[in-house]
This record gives sequence, C-alpha cells and structure tokens, in this order.
Amino acid sequence: MKTIDKSNLDKIIGILKKDGYTVIGPIVKDGAIVYDEIESINDLPAGWGDEQEAGSYRLVKRNDESLFGYVVGPQSWKKFLFPQRMKLWEAGRDGRGFTIKHSDEPVPKYAFLGVRSCELKAIFIQDKVFNNDLYTDSYYNNVRNNIFIISVNCTQAASTCFCVSMKSGPKAKDGFDISLTEVIGKDGHYFVLDESTEKGKELTAKLDAEIATDEQVKAADTRVASAELGMKRSMNTAGIKELLYHNHDHPNWAEIATRCLSCANCTLVCPTCFCHTMEDTTDLTGDHTERWRRWDSCFSLDYSKVAGGNFRTSPKARYRQWMTHKLASWIDQFGTSGCVGCGRCISWCPVGIDITKEVEKIRNSPKTKS
Amino acid sequence: MANKKPKLAVFKMSSCDGCQLSLLDAEDELLDVLGGVELAYFPEASSKMLKGPYDIGLVEGSITTPRNVEEIRQIRKDCKILITIGACATAGGIQALRNWKDTQEFTKIVYASPEYISTLDRSLPVNAFVHVDFELRGCPINKYQLIEVLNAFLNSRKPNIPAYSVCIDCKLKGNVCVMTAHNIQCMGPVTQTGCNALCPSYNRGCFGCYGPMDSANTAALAKQFKEMGSTKFDIMTAFRSFNAYAEAFRKESEANEK
Ligand code: SF4
Ligand code: SF4
Ligand code: SF4
Ligand code: SF4
Ligand code: SF4
Repeated sequence: MKTIDKSNLDKIIGILKKDGYTVIGPIVKDGAIVYDEIESINDLPAGWGDEQEAGSYRLVKRNDESLFGYVVGPQSWKKFLFPQRMKLWEAGRDGRGFTIKHSDEPVPKYAFLGVRSCELKAIFIQDKVFNNDLYTDSYYNNVRNNIFIISVNCTQAASTCFCVSMKSGPKAKDGFDISLTEVIGKDGHYFVLDESTEKGKELTAKLDAEIATDEQVKAADTRVASAELGMKRSMNTAGIKELLYHNHDHPNWAEIATRCLSCANCTLVCPTCFCHTMEDTTDLTGDHTERWRRWDSCFSLDYSKVAGGNFRTSPKARYRQWMTHKLASWIDQFGTSGCVGCGRCISWCPVGIDITKEVEKIRNSPKTKS
Repeated sequence: MANKKPKLAVFKMSSCDGCQLSLLDAEDELLDVLGGVELAYFPEASSKMLKGPYDIGLVEGSITTPRNVEEIRQIRKDCKILITIGACATAGGIQALRNWKDTQEFTKIVYASPEYISTLDRSLPVNAFVHVDFELRGCPINKYQLIEVLNAFLNSRKPNIPAYSVCIDCKLKGNVCVMTAHNIQCMGPVTQTGCNALCPSYNRGCFGCYGPMDSANTAALAKQFKEMGSTKFDIMTAFRSFNAYAEAFRKESEANEK
C-alpha cells in the first residue's frame, strides 16, 4: 500500500492523458454528479456530497474539501462501453445492389477515474452480457480491453445504497488497475493507493508515492468500514430466484402497477441493464441507409411487440419482468444477479418505487406454491 | 423508379398554422422532400392547387365546425394515406378547452351577431370522424419527425417515431432529472417523446406537448405532484393544456376538477 497527495492524483490524470487516454471522472452538472471528460483534479466535485432517498437526489455542500465525498449519480460508466445511441453500419445503393460500410472510427481509449465498487461489479456483469460463449459485442470489447480503471472505495454510503447485501461493495477487491481510498484527517488530505495490475504498477512508479504507514492504512480501512456499517438499506437475497419464480401471481405486482409510471427511468439508470433496439434510417432518396442501436427498456410497450402482438401489455407485467429479470432470471442467464445494490433505480424513480421494499413485501407474504 | 412522384397535399382544419409551417421551416431538407414528392396542394406555400386524388394527405387542425366535418370526409376520400399532424388534429388542441364549457355562451359574448356562427359543441381530433393512417403528435410538431414520417413513407419503411415517455430520451441525453433532483413537476413520465426532451434539457418540467405516452399512468403522477406540493387545481391545469382532450389527460384533469 502506498499513499499519494492531491497533486499526485493530478499527476495521474496528466500521465494518462499523455498516454493517449480520454480521462473520464465525476463532475457536477445541473445539480448532480455525472461522468464526463476531465482535464485535471480541478474538475472533480471538491467539497460536494449527496443525499439520496427514494425518488429524491440532492447535492449538498460538505464541510471538508474531499474530492469523492458522494456516491453514485444518475449516470453510470455503461454509457461509455454501451453508448446510448450508436451507428452500427451504413449502406449505400450500388447499381442494383448495395455496399455495406462499417465504422472506421478509432476505438476510444478511456481512463475511468472514480469507479465505485458496485460499479466495477456492474462492469463485470455487463462483460458477461457483451462477451459470452454465444455472443461478442465487438465495440464493447474493443473499448473494454483498453480501459484504465481507477476505483475509489466508498467512505460513506447513501441511504439508497445496499451493496453489502449484493456483495459488491463498498470496497473494491479486484478488477481495478489502481484503487484509492480518500482520507482527510489530522495528518492531512491523502489517498491510500493499491495497485493490482502491471499497468497500475507502471503508472504508480511514475508518482511521488510514499509507503503507507500502518496508521494511514488503518484510517482508510476504518472509513470504508464505517460506510459498510452505516448502510441503511438491505435486501435479503436468500433463495431470491425461487421466491420470485414462485410468486408470479403475487398480488403485489398489481399493486405496484398502480404506482409505477412505466417511464423506464429505473432501467436506464441501472448500470447493468443492457436492453436496446435497432432503428433503420434512410435519406430521402433512399440511396443511403444506416442502422442505429439505441437504449430501450422492458418498460416501453413497443419493446415487447412482436409479429402477431405484444406479450407484455400491462404495466404489471412490465414491472414484474424488470424485477424478476434483475434478481432471478439473470442468475439463470448469466450466473450472477443483475443487481449490484447501487440504489440508482430507487433514487431516480420519479415516484420513489424501491426495489428492496418490493422484494420484502413479496417475501413477507409469499403466495404458497401449489 | 419510373413511377410518377407521389402527390402530397397539406390541409388545414381549425388550427394556428404552426404545424404546417414546420414543413416550410425544414429549410435544409425541404428541397429533398420536394424532390421526392409532387406538391399538389399546399395553399400556405404555393398557388398551384391540383385536384385529388392524392397519395399522402397531411392534415393540421381539429374539427370544430360543420364545414370541417364535410371537408375532412372529402379529404379522406381523396387521400390514399392520411396523416394527421399536431395536437389539434390528433387530440382536439388547445381549443378543446371549450369542450368543458357552453360554446353558445362564448359566441354570444364574442360576436355581435352570433347567429352567423356555425360551430360544433366540441373541438375533436380528426380520428373522431374518419380513419387516420398515422398520427404525428406535438404542439407544435417536431419538423424532424415530420421529415422522418415522409421519408419513411417514401422509402416504404416504418417511421422511427417512438410512443414511449419523454423520460427515455431525457435519460439518453444524459440529463439530470428535474423531478428527482430539483423537485420540479414534470409531465415527462406520462408524455410521449418527440421533442428530444427539450424542456428538461433546460432544467424545466415538461408541459406535455406530445400528449399521453403508450401507457400513461396519470393518476400515479398526479399523486406524486400532490406530494410535491401541488393543489388539485394545479394538477387539473397541468393535464388540461394542448392535449386536454386526449383521453388519458382528459380523465386525469376531470378527476382533479373538484
Ligand atoms: S437494480 Fe437498481 S440497485 Fe440494482 S444495480 Fe440496478 S439500479 Fe442499482
Ligand atoms: S430489466 Fe428490463 S431493461 Fe433491464 S436488462 Fe432486463 S429486460 Fe432489459
Ligand atoms: S419503477 Fe419507477 S422508474 Fe421504474 S418504470 Fe416504474 S415509475 Fe418509472
Ligand atoms: S426530467 Fe422529466 S422527462 Fe426527464 S427523466 Fe425526469 S421526469 Fe422524466
Ligand atoms: S413541454 Fe414537454 S413535450 Fe413540450 S417541448 Fe417541452 S419537454 Fe417537449
């Protein structure tokens, strides 16, 4: 373990930029923390924190100058690996036939600064979606193989976080190149640094890093532990797959449907949801056509429209699909839960529907399976 | 293609002209559109007025007079494909506010000789009278969506006009939600997208220009507005605007009337 100060964090950004990375990090925009390109540590949300509740998110001023004193906002890193809108290919009329042209845009080379533990887990989960035995998404993998990841361990949780239940945080155990824990104490403002890959070690070697003292390591661990112990939300995941599979007709689904807007915000903010649709466009002459991929959601009605009809017309069926996919059928599909407990779907649901509470209701009154 | 260019006609019922002007406003694409169709009837733009039948008819405006009723029946007969454009033609428009009042009383107040006024009791969408092939929503419509509909028709493909909520486009754009982050009431969750989430992109709540989305749960949103501090009157007026007479919005405004 090593420690670095703020100026060395800035140095990291500089080195990565010099190495050709586009550095992405948290910034303040329109009253929330979002992810965008940063130039230096001056772009980071110094002194900002967040307060989150079901259906509510507020940025608040902290009484210190910490750079990572908040948790996750409305966006996740998925927008860089799995962009909201993306042109897959285009084709031009060519006599009586046509020619297909694939994109020759260079693959972006991203460095992600400030990836939380739950978000790292979400990236692992999307890895299974976009790179598995059946299917490989070339764009996703090309970007993924190039990323430099600097994770930041959470030293406090929002009221909406439940990563402890989902075994995905608050401390990142692997999958990062470098991990940081921010400490502000009597002995100053510093970051306890852990490097896990060769790339990470090479970069750290270029810094003025010091060997962390036992006290510094302990200070970092205590802070992460306090995030863990202070976590207010939880989800009991024992037998959750069977619980949801056996409660397909539970009355709670219809009750949720009276509250749910089918607005799809929960799926779009979720760092693991991967659903998308295809759109074909043409120019007016019909000589040029493009195929675009854009995010979609199981909450949109057209999403489940197939030849002959729609198999999920009611909002009740759509909410049930979302929750059952996240927490149950995802396990059959990808060998892991589709939820990392980041709490985004809770904070950003305009009517504050809380996935942990809805699971609890079903667990507390399960329909006995006949 | 050896075929003749399809004949396009643009008609107006009771409306402000804003929607049909979006076609003229599409400066960059207008020439391409005109390259693909024959502009057979568009009094707002050209004195050339060819007789029907037409391949595509665009209709703006709601049906508010007995004359409108006759006209729209004839237009339906004259057009192979009938596309209504804008909140007036698809939902009755802002003038549908009169549907809750006594029209006779208005004419008496406004006109010196009300006996010359021939009007219907209600302002209704075109589809209340004739079959409509495609409805393009919005007050006003988005010109890019109009080009997309014409483009799709010319190329025999499905138009990319989603019926889901404004929220989806709002999130795709990376906006921070004004409801959850700023306690601003937003009609986005029950409104069909079409404007690419214009108002939330400027930190304002959506007003509902494109009418109800595919499965609008207006009661749940109204309840949330109430929790955010709205009165029943505020909620009633939020649902009673450009698309007041679209069924889902109409019912919600009526539920909050008293
Ligand atoms: S389901 Fe909700 S809590 Fe779980 S990962 Fe998705 S957004 Fe986060
Ligand atoms: S929950 Fe819905 S949007 Fe998310 S991955 Fe599953 S089907 Fe797709
Ligand atoms: S659960 Fe909330 S965010 Fe998700 S679709 Fe329903 S209302 Fe929208
Ligand atoms: S700002 Fe409005 S449109 Fe955008 S996500 Fe929030 S509720 Fe939906
Ligand atoms: S009020 Fe709503 S529908 Fe109208 S432009 Fe604004 S966001 Fe779009």
